Amino acid sequence: MRVLPRILIIIALVFPGASMAAIEAYEFKDAQMEAEYNELIKELRCLVCQNQNLAGSDAALAQDLRRQTHEMLMKGNDPDQVIQYMVDRYGDFVLYRPQFKGSTLLLWLGPFVLVAIVLLLVVRKFRTRQELVEPDDTSLRRAKDLLSEDLPSNKRDLS
Amino acid sequence: MKFAIPLGIFVLMAGLLGYGLTLDPKKVPSPLIGKQAPVFTLAQLHQPETQISKKDLLGQVWVLNVWASWCVSCRAEHKVITRLADMNLTQVIGLNYKDQPDDAKRWLQHFGDPYSVSLMDIDGRVGIDWGVYGVPETFIIGRDGLIKYKHIGPVTNESLETEVIPALKALLG
Repeated sequence: MRVLPRILIIIALVFPGASMAAIEAYEFKDAQMEAEYNELIKELRCLVCQNQNLAGSDAALAQDLRRQTHEMLMKGNDPDQVIQYMVDRYGDFVLYRPQFKGSTLLLWLGPFVLVAIVLLLVVRKFRTRQELVEPDDTSLRRAKDLLSEDLPSNKRDLS
Repeated sequence: MKFAIPLGIFVLMAGLLGYGLTLDPKKVPSPLIGKQAPVFTLAQLHQPETQISKKDLLGQVWVLNVWASWCVSCRAEHKVITRLADMNLTQVIGLNYKDQPDDAKRWLQHFGDPYSVSLMDIDGRVGIDWGVYGVPETFIIGRDGLIKYKHIGPVTNESLETEVIPALKALLG
């Protein structure tokens, strides 16, 4: 009874390609265009399967948007024009890498601001601790004197 | 006082996360609202030899409802769209998205046809132009050809009354 699932698992392991999304065989004018296409479908989000890009999705909409990308490149559009076309229709969300602009400033710079704040706090903490640890010359001499005075008395106690 | 800063951070985080819970990640704000509706020319479902384009609809307020016979939530929405069409406020035009014409006709015969006209977008190209990513979607287009409103997902009786009808009435004046 349990033979079939096992066979399926073996097939999936032996032929990993069988379980991957079907990718259409598109023809390109040259290698550069193909590279641009592959870059674009990695950058553009599939809107129905929100955490996948167009390259990794087999959803119908992803197929259509791949076709659209291919057609636009073949018509001589450059990658920026394709991206603008998608953003005009689907909004910034279609981009995996959000554009750098007013509304995304916090998104882009927020982590750096946080790191800066943490660094500032660490430096301040470190400084105050150093001040506490570092003794001045007179107290250092006094400490030494005390230690050397104590030594003989200690020995006396021991003997 | 010792707890003031951690408490402050906690309240801030809780507030932001709580706000995040009220948002629906499936709802992507459309950049098309307030912009010109995309130009299209499509054949009618019931009379494939006649085409309708955006120009034919300029000067009137109209509703575009994107649907398909394979779309399950379109069935749930169907009676709400029928209700809207029966009010005779405006034309309700169906955009039959990525469907087989025969399936679409059968669906309309079975459930009833609320649309003044159904347009066929068999390969989904017009859908891309309209930024359609989930069916059903509903648009309201003004006399000037601008997209005034977009509803993603099935229109419910509630959203019909609180959003769609007020938006239409405002446009119709």
